[in-house]
Amino acid sequence: MAMDMMKKVPVREQDPQVRAHNFEEVCLGYNKEEAEAEALRCLSCKNPRCVEGCPVSINIPGFINKVKEGDVAGAYAVISESSALPAICGRVCPQESQCEGKCVRGIKGESVSIGKLERYVADTAREMGIKPQGASEKKGKKVAVIGSGPSGLTCAGDLAKMGYDVKIFEALHKAGGVLVYGIPEFRLPKKAVVQKEIENVQALGVEIETDCVIGKSTTIDALMEEEGYDAVFVGSGAGLPKFMNIPGEQALGVFSANEYLTRSNLMGAFSEKSRTPIMRAKKAVIVGGGNVAMDAARTALRLGAEVHVVYRRSEAELPARAEEVHHAKEEGIIFDLLTNPVEIHADEKGWVKGITCIRMELGEPDASGRRRPVEVPGSEFDIECDCVIMSLGTSPNPLISSTTKGLETNRRRCIVADEGTGQTSKKGVFAGGDAVTGAATVILAMGAGKAAAKGIDEYLSSGN
Amino acid sequence: MFRIERVEALSSNIYLMDVYAPRIAKNALPGQFLIVRVDEDGERVPLTICDYDAEAGTVQIVFQTVGAESYRMAQLKVGDSFADFVGPLGRPSDLCEMPLEELKKMKLCFIAGGVGTAPVYAQLKWLKNQGVTADCIQGARSKDILIMEDEMAAVSNLYICTDDGSYGINGNVCVALQKLYDEGKRYDRVIAIGPMIMMKFVCQLTKELEIPTIVSMNPIMVDGTGMCGACRLMVGGEVKFACVDGPEFDGHKVDFPQAMQRMALYKTEEGRLYLEAKEGASHHGGCGSCN
Repeated sequence: MAMDMMKKVPVREQDPQVRAHNFEEVCLGYNKEEAEAEALRCLSCKNPRCVEGCPVSINIPGFINKVKEGDVAGAYAVISESSALPAICGRVCPQESQCEGKCVRGIKGESVSIGKLERYVADTAREMGIKPQGASEKKGKKVAVIGSGPSGLTCAGDLAKMGYDVKIFEALHKAGGVLVYGIPEFRLPKKAVVQKEIENVQALGVEIETDCVIGKSTTIDALMEEEGYDAVFVGSGAGLPKFMNIPGEQALGVFSANEYLTRSNLMGAFSEKSRTPIMRAKKAVIVGGGNVAMDAARTALRLGAEVHVVYRRSEAELPARAEEVHHAKEEGIIFDLLTNPVEIHADEKGWVKGITCIRMELGEPDASGRRRPVEVPGSEFDIECDCVIMSLGTSPNPLISSTTKGLETNRRRCIVADEGTGQTSKKGVFAGGDAVTGAATVILAMGAGKAAAKGIDEYLSSGN
Repeated sequence: MFRIERVEALSSNIYLMDVYAPRIAKNALPGQFLIVRVDEDGERVPLTICDYDAEAGTVQIVFQTVGAESYRMAQLKVGDSFADFVGPLGRPSDLCEMPLEELKKMKLCFIAGGVGTAPVYAQLKWLKNQGVTADCIQGARSKDILIMEDEMAAVSNLYICTDDGSYGINGNVCVALQKLYDEGKRYDRVIAIGPMIMMKFVCQLTKELEIPTIVSMNPIMVDGTGMCGACRLMVGGEVKFACVDGPEFDGHKVDFPQAMQRMALYKTEEGRLYLEAKEGASHHGGCGSCN
């Protein structure tokens, strides 16, 4: 195959016209030929900058070299040294700002498609039935992990590999956290990918108890004092949705993105089989510009709506990954940028019938370094719609911090934890992921889970 | 899995079950609720807790068949299990946090309507164990759908009323409360749990009578841990989540018309699923509207 070494081997995707009407995965991934051709583009740098860009420091040239040789099992073993969830990360990591953002190939041409290669290795290894290796010797110490999202699964997997007895406590009825309730099927298949990676973590000896809300069903103090856990990792995420506090937000048809996505993803409401209802809107307005907003927009589209994304800044400031915005546009989602909602209108029965927005323009940079959007006086206009989905970010749930003695939080209600070890203000209790940082990415949460596993091992080995 | 250890039909469409769920049994307090799922495709259904036995590890629930999920729940037998049974959720009643001396001085009147009787029972029983016997008005439309009369009488000074006058005081719970008031009863607090419409009218009356009133809200929920915001309601002009800020609120501050309107969100969909669960199909073609 003649190829341009400056360019990525393109990845096959479902046609936008077709996928706008189904929940199957958008990206189809590389096959063997494509993956090996892409792997050949890796320069195997002596000082691989891509590895620096990876929050869990995967030996990227190491696994890509194995792909070049056609050795998928070998490549999987290299990745497994650093990551327990490669099929997930290959799909949802913001590679463009991490590993691929640092790739030397990217200076003149396009960077190596590291994410797609990682996904190829993980998917192929799964099809081949390869499982990660568990610990040969047990340490005889128990660790409780709270939350089965990316940070919890990573922390649990690493600790199990070191020989600890690990049990994960999950509040919902299914393990996976945001991977299950937040990220839609068409970006991250639940049965084929998430479930299998969780099974891999279980294969390392990790137990999972679902339907257990720490802070309610039991407490961290009870786990340590009554159930004999020697250490606890809190990876409970950032689950509380924010609203705008504008008039009309209580109208029927206004949802948090969390609710809308939880109904569709966790409860499977997009499928006829599920008995959980979801609103199939005619015209939906999504407020916000992050990845969650894109997920909500593309879900509403697939459920039959014309979808408008209303965002107060301009395209350059959209916090969502470029790939997600690109996919959303391809599917026909309309972006109303520099626009901010002012009021939601309801009909006489309380159902949403429209939303008044105001035009914005960019002023001076604010604390975040981005230019602050300011209202253009008198520019209000109405968008007719029957559904509004608020995707304005989330904050940590106080359920755990408010029920654990001596666990310090900051003014944003995030748990205070040491970045290097995850150690909190309470002895034996570690934390990481969105519960500490506020809403961030899957891979950053995994990095924190990894660091905490090391921190917990040091604590339990030294007793302090 | 959460095994069902006892099933009892309390009326033609109200059921009582004891379910093995040791974590909830150990940690539950009056005022809290739980969420159940019948099976893998089921909805998450919030239910109030009627009783709990930490030693046996069982939790008692009482529910009415009002939709597809509760209809399916009613089909379960002893030995069957719920796919999911999670809790205790929400904040316990304020009464649980009050110093006992203060609690003993309070004149309390509970008002229980329909299946709201179950969570009221949990509170009355807890109070009785603290040495406090409260008054309770229990309302039903008619004598034949009155539930748990003996149990309620054992833990409170019970006044029963029926809308059709077939038993006890003739009239609804508001009529009964007014009657007690007219007879000279004075209360420091009313705690009303039942259908939203009942709680709304109780609050209208207690506002006139100037009795502080607590209600237990039961809006649409998904996760029950504060994550989705489906259960949000306005209380005193502020947005509150029933699942984590409640379910009990100051009844005089709750925006009932809005809360009741929000209950309509999935009505059509629910009705369709109920018919499907009950009759195997949701479309009969009999009404002629589909032509």
